[in-house]
Amino acid sequence: MTAAPAPAGGLRTRPLRGSGAPGASRAGQGRAGWAFATPQAVLIGLFVLIPILMAFWVSLTDWRGRGSPFSGSVGFVGFDNYAAILTEPGLARQDFMTALRNNAWYVLLVVPLQTAIALGLALVLNSRIRAKGFFRTAFYFPTVTSSVAISLVFIFLFTGGGAVNALLGVFGIDGPNWFSDSRGLLHLVGDGLGLWDSANPPAALTSGGPAGLTWWDWLSGPSIALAALILLVVWTSAGGYMLMFLAALQDVPADVREAAVMDGANRWQRFRAVTLPALRPTLFLVTTLGLIGTWQVFDQVYLISQGNPAKTTLTPAYLSYTSAFEVGQWGRAAAMSFVLFAIIVVLTTLQRFLMRDKDAAAERKAARAAARRRTSTTFFHADR
Amino acid sequence: MTAALETPPVRTPAPAPARRRRFPVGRFLAYAVLVFFALVYVYPFVIQVVTSFKTNSDATNSPLSLLPDPVTTAAFGRLFDTDFALWGFNSVWVSLLVTLGRVFLCSLAGYALARLRFRGRSALFTAVLAVMAVPSVVLLIPKFLVLNQLGIYDTPVALFLPLVADAAGVFIMKQFFESVPASIEEAARIDGAGTFRIFWSVVLPMARPALITLTILSFQASWNELPHFIVASQDRDLYTLTKGVATLTTGQLGSGNQFPLTLGAALLMTLPVAVVFFVFQRYFVAGANEGAVKG
Repeated sequence: MTAAPAPAGGLRTRPLRGSGAPGASRAGQGRAGWAFATPQAVLIGLFVLIPILMAFWVSLTDWRGRGSPFSGSVGFVGFDNYAAILTEPGLARQDFMTALRNNAWYVLLVVPLQTAIALGLALVLNSRIRAKGFFRTAFYFPTVTSSVAISLVFIFLFTGGGAVNALLGVFGIDGPNWFSDSRGLLHLVGDGLGLWDSANPPAALTSGGPAGLTWWDWLSGPSIALAALILLVVWTSAGGYMLMFLAALQDVPADVREAAVMDGANRWQRFRAVTLPALRPTLFLVTTLGLIGTWQVFDQVYLISQGNPAKTTLTPAYLSYTSAFEVGQWGRAAAMSFVLFAIIVVLTTLQRFLMRDKDAAAERKAARAAARRRTSTTFFHADR
Repeated sequence: MTAALETPPVRTPAPAPARRRRFPVGRFLAYAVLVFFALVYVYPFVIQVVTSFKTNSDATNSPLSLLPDPVTTAAFGRLFDTDFALWGFNSVWVSLLVTLGRVFLCSLAGYALARLRFRGRSALFTAVLAVMAVPSVVLLIPKFLVLNQLGIYDTPVALFLPLVADAAGVFIMKQFFESVPASIEEAARIDGAGTFRIFWSVVLPMARPALITLTILSFQASWNELPHFIVASQDRDLYTLTKGVATLTTGQLGSGNQFPLTLGAALLMTLPVAVVFFVFQRYFVAGANEGAVKG
């Protein structure tokens, strides 16, 4: 993972090592070291590293799922599978680009929403509040339950005549048929503002666009169905990130805050000048984890919508799964996995670049120190 | 849950009247926000519990009502006409094996990386970090390929063994062992104890908090796991709770309005994790911060 603490931990061991075990023989320790590390190393090699290499090979072949992908009868096709989903006009590319579009809208909404809610709840909970433990537990609990259980509950809540629409009905709102409504939110907003008529979209937008989809398609926004999934995921994951913010808020130096109060800074000024800078590393971590997690959305699509309606909840992870296990296009499916992997790597790198500033180096150092403190203290005295 | 819900907003704390007068609006807003979100978070669970005791038509006709009319356990009866018990049994043994395997092997490897000098140690640690950075969903197809190639696809071994491979656990244990002073081990070593003996009877007992955290994280992760089970098997006898309950909505059984059935299943499968959660809550909080590294 990209988190800062890891290398620091690695570096820190070196001085310790020398003083580690003066009495033991070097050879004995070497043998024991490998004996201890080998079982887990073999498992990780067997079930993570080797599979990745195998999948990369498969992504370069036309294997259809019969026999071994390494037998002589399997054809090597170079980067054809990648071309089919990225550059060659056709249904394969159209589906993959639709999946990317859906996931991009999903990320664009989930990450800011869950981060803002997590931060807001943490700030409120960090003030003098009664029943703090109850609130913290209530917000965090969905994070530990299974995606299956939560998805089943949400299917019931958001079904056409379900609880959400019944609640909306109390306020006189006629709720949509959530999980079967493929209308794009931006299209609807445009309709509402009188910018265009979705039934008869402007030709300037429908006549062309990048990568096989029209501009009209790219700019649809999430469909109503996808929006329901977005609500589900924000609801589920905000609590976990809230805990991270809460832990970080304990690290905000109390003396600095008091000094700010003495200087007559108001709440907003104290938040901007004291709290927010102290939260920067956590903010960075939460958005990074959010980006990585949201680009992988699979469970909820598999459980609730299977890519429907009208492919508006199709995501790259789910499309890759169905392409392999249902259609038998293993090479193309493996290629999708690697493109998704590349997207995640590029975006997290880009985010790291965008969120750094002039004294980024100093801050990274501080973050590392804080993380080190946290691993040695918070972790094992968790009640704070 | 519901009982505690009623307390916070009503009773304003007695102490610090001066401060209260200064920020009454802010204080009120804070509670308003918290109570609103608490409702949003607790209400779905309440509806879930209530609905699982309703009849199908009652659930469909009055989804918001908190009083089943009539109260019935028919949904649970129908649930046990499915393979629910078998799924539960599979989930139990898979989670136990994964948890035991992870805790034991991650502690061993973490201890080696933290304390033992051996050739290739830093390369191994770099590999652990690299593996932690691989998004899990990218591994779905690769995992199937290797299970298929090894000839263990659709066997019980395929359900649990790949889940034992866990780089994040190694990282957590390594971090912990580095925070423990080495002097105690040295004393034991001078007394002539072997490395495994020192690890087993001196180091591990000291690592209790970390072991509990890792145990809980592993149990929760394997109990809630879905994608791995989807790609590792297709035999109906090997369905776990997550995969089996998923068929209640996605499979042939997914017939429209059986909401009491599906919500009852969701309720029952949540119970074990909920119990563990409420008993060991502080370790969950710790794990959330520590598990941050995994994502």
